Amino acid sequence: MNLTDFFSSLSYLPVMLTVGCYLLAVFVQKKTGWGFLSPIILGAAAVFLVLKLIRMPVAAYTRENRFLAYLLTPATICLGLSLYEQLQKLKQELPILLAGILAGTVSSLLVTVLLCRLFQLNGALSVSLLPKSVTTAIGSVLSEENGGSASVTTAAIILTGNVGYLLGPVLCRLFRLSDPLARGAAYGTAAHVIGTSRALAEDPLAGAASSLSLTVAGLITALVFPLVLRFIG
Amino acid sequence: MRYLKQFALILAFTLLGEALHALLPLPIPAAVYGLILLFLALLCKLVKPEQIRETSSFLVGLLPLFFVGPLVGLADSFGFIKGDLVPILVIIALGLLLTFGVSGAVVQGLLKRRQR
Repeated sequence: MNLTDFFSSLSYLPVMLTVGCYLLAVFVQKKTGWGFLSPIILGAAAVFLVLKLIRMPVAAYTRENRFLAYLLTPATICLGLSLYEQLQKLKQELPILLAGILAGTVSSLLVTVLLCRLFQLNGALSVSLLPKSVTTAIGSVLSEENGGSASVTTAAIILTGNVGYLLGPVLCRLFRLSDPLARGAAYGTAAHVIGTSRALAEDPLAGAASSLSLTVAGLITALVFPLVLRFIG
Repeated sequence: MRYLKQFALILAFTLLGEALHALLPLPIPAAVYGLILLFLALLCKLVKPEQIRETSSFLVGLLPLFFVGPLVGLADSFGFIKGDLVPILVIIALGLLLTFGVSGAVVQGLLKRRQR
């Protein structure tokens, strides 16, 4: 048996690689203190490097990694608990937050549809880009079930999240967002989980609003997705 | 035993979500149905937060890992986006700017109006 076949026969190797490389990347980010080093991107690059090194095909890795993907649905459902807990804290401001999240989510979908048509992107690519502001757990499934590519959607989601994380403070100044609730709604609606980590670092109230926004924005996107799809050629 | 019970409860909501997804003719992921059902069950006090807390926080902690695999998979589907890289980046940048600005400005504006 050659080495490549040996590694490919290990069904726990891909999951171990994913978890190990991610933890390593988190460690590197903490040590260097460089916010722009996203543990997700760094972790994925490390996995890719190891795969090249042991000559394991990417397809074989993604196939066995499905054991991890199996837990994606229950993990997403658990966001329901954080939604419930944030709601207890933000009851007073709920209508205002909902208005902001709804306006932001609809703008995100509309501008994406318009630009996709303007650039004449093909249907599959447009579907893949549509859910780029929501968390992967919801976005990649929406994309894949409607003919898009989960990989492209994930990449767009991560890029959106990281740019939001990095430029968030600048954008807050640009749009004159001084209230922690407004900042939180912006981070969560536009930059999902990754933005929420920035909001949490700025202010606990902004973190709670962001956490609520990321879940609500995901739900709104999923519910209006069938409608929006009609506008894609 | 406690964690096992928590896991069973979460699995039950997952199963319900999956069943709704299979039965209803809407392109809504099973996870979204499950999330809404769990949220409603918490709201109606059918489920208490303590009944799922630890297992739930473990599972939510796994969420970043689900980004890693598909990103590695991008290496294989890069040909699919290579020709449209510039429009894609423009769409991501403008989309983020608008979404961030609109959601934040609406909340800030409404909060100010309420204070008056």
